Amino acid sequence: MAAERPLLEVENLRTYFDTPRGILKAVDGVSFTLDKGETIGIVGESGSGKSVLVRSIMNILTSNAIIPDGSEVFFDGKDTRNLSRSEAKHFWGTQMAMIFQDPMTSLNPVKKVGIQITESIRYHLGASKQEAMERALELMVQVGIPEPRKRLKEYPHQLSGGMRQRVTIAIALACNPKLLIADEPTTALDVTVQKQILDLLASLQEELGMAMILITHDLGVVAGRARRIGVMYAGKMVETADTTTLFHHMNHPYTEALFKSIPRVEHQSHTRLDAISGRPPDMVLDLVGCRFAPRCRYAQEQCITDEPDLFDTGQTGHRQACFYPVGSPENAEALAANQATGITAAGLDLTAAAVS
Amino acid sequence: MAGTGKVHMRGTEALVSVEDLVMEFPAGRRAVVHAVSGISFDILEGETLGLVGESGCGKSTTGRAMMQLPSPTAGSVRFDGVEMTELSKEDLRRTRTRMQMIFQDPISSLNPRRKVKDIVAEGLSIWHNDAGDTAVQKVNEVLDAVGLDPEVVSDRRPHQFSGGQCQRICIARALVLDPKVIICDEPVSALDVSVQAQILNLLEEMKERYGLTLVFIAHDLAVVKNVSDRVVVMYLGKVCEVAGPDTLYAHPAHPYTDVLLASIPEPDPDHPVSDRQITGELPSPINPPSGCRFRTRCEKVQDLCSEEEPELREIAPDHYVACHFPNEVPVSVNGDGDSS
Repeated sequence: MAAERPLLEVENLRTYFDTPRGILKAVDGVSFTLDKGETIGIVGESGSGKSVLVRSIMNILTSNAIIPDGSEVFFDGKDTRNLSRSEAKHFWGTQMAMIFQDPMTSLNPVKKVGIQITESIRYHLGASKQEAMERALELMVQVGIPEPRKRLKEYPHQLSGGMRQRVTIAIALACNPKLLIADEPTTALDVTVQKQILDLLASLQEELGMAMILITHDLGVVAGRARRIGVMYAGKMVETADTTTLFHHMNHPYTEALFKSIPRVEHQSHTRLDAISGRPPDMVLDLVGCRFAPRCRYAQEQCITDEPDLFDTGQTGHRQACFYPVGSPENAEALAANQATGITAAGLDLTAAAVS
Repeated sequence: MAGTGKVHMRGTEALVSVEDLVMEFPAGRRAVVHAVSGISFDILEGETLGLVGESGCGKSTTGRAMMQLPSPTAGSVRFDGVEMTELSKEDLRRTRTRMQMIFQDPISSLNPRRKVKDIVAEGLSIWHNDAGDTAVQKVNEVLDAVGLDPEVVSDRRPHQFSGGQCQRICIARALVLDPKVIICDEPVSALDVSVQAQILNLLEEMKERYGLTLVFIAHDLAVVKNVSDRVVVMYLGKVCEVAGPDTLYAHPAHPYTDVLLASIPEPDPDHPVSDRQITGELPSPINPPSGCRFRTRCEKVQDLCSEEEPELREIAPDHYVACHFPNEVPVSVNGDGDSS
């Protein structure tokens, strides 16, 4: 393999689930690459497919998942989808590791913290019990747990939420993975603890040279942390760009809407928030046109009939999927036309849009 | 952090006034959890009071103690001229119809086996107001008010709705008995940002439409700022700072408020990530630190902080802080166009 090859290449990844209601297209054609040591942030609402995307990369899907042909995930030049179960077992932990949203449910409540950290060290690296314990102690110090020796002998319920998340990070890092996937690592935590955990992840990443995928629904979380951001909506990537480019030249109306719905401290109190009306589409249905069109202020006839593909905007690495990108003259015209009639082509009532 | 100070109380015109509220729970082996240790605040009619602080600071306990769920260990809660802590069981039941609550997890706070119309109508049926068309009308009216179509949702059950919609149902249920006060305990913490904005807007609308007084409990200062007229910052069962939201954000006086503000993730890549971070863990409420309870994690800590508990004092008009060494606050600014 050429040295320049990215650490992770995801090409047209589709993940469907066979459900009683029909085929649910959770991820529907997502492509991106990630270099060694780089952080990408993936942002979107609940149900946009972000978690299924990373679970597909990690190959830890439920048995009713279907990955159609043509979907490719290459990690370090290897196709992860062809791994056998036993190969996969050694792949998880040493190559890729994951931390989850709720540290209480991702830790085993009846096992001591030390046992849970050493488990993978002993399994993957074949370390003795004592060596593993020493490594666990090192990890506990590294993730900033006070009194690590005492904590190793405690159960998860004896730790606070932030400490538990530090333990899951220690477990994930135990075998020096090349890629760390953090699936909403701070959503269940307080803002102060969130900041501690994000700072910790950033410093560990720098120290260890890991690549990271940071999943969140909050654009604020990724703004200062990720080099690139991908915005997902209804199983598709709708915009990807460098973090600064994305925030300065938001092209996709969904990115804009997500950004505007964040309450900002700079704003006066009682500032009305620009909520996104409606909710994401039912992914069991055959979706035609742009998936965001029913909730979009700018929607035109074309958005209902044709599905926009991701295309380059002209700026390096900035790709977006909208016919009427925010900031373009077409977009201004579309909005003016919709405002004149008070209703978008997809039937969204602009006068009432702010209410729900 | 003094809870003992009462300089920020605004006298008799308040709709709800909480004084020296103490809430303690037995923790076994004679240990006591000091969840709330003597806090005071008041709420004017039509005002939104934000209670903000980290997990474990006693904000939810305070909200529940106002409802007498359970009654506080000591202190007084006066609501509309009535002392809640002294009411008989029956009077308390009647009074509670005018004070409702909304909880953090909307899905688990709805009975999964009941239809939406029955969930919302339950308050009415308990008070025997469910006879005839007026009850149905009332239920439909509140469902409509929270942005749900009564015809579509009435016969559905909670699992058929998203988190945001379930929170709307909870709000409808709280509204059906025409309460004066709604205590919202982390109503948007479990929701996505986009849905969070919908619910925050909805609460503002409902407040206007039904003339509500709100207590808004949350750990996210940005959210609290958006909805509140007055903010009380709590730490480990004590009040740190009380001010109008815009003053508080422009000129945080308490070191803890400062850290809370610095922790908010800014959706702006040009805004450098602040290196200020709260250090250490929240001390145990079983054995809280002497003097100022924040001293173990405070950058400005001095000997005085462990010896003497700071009392709430006014450092600028309508801006109160309980700290021996607060940040400088421009006194002349007079609230910075504050709405409270």
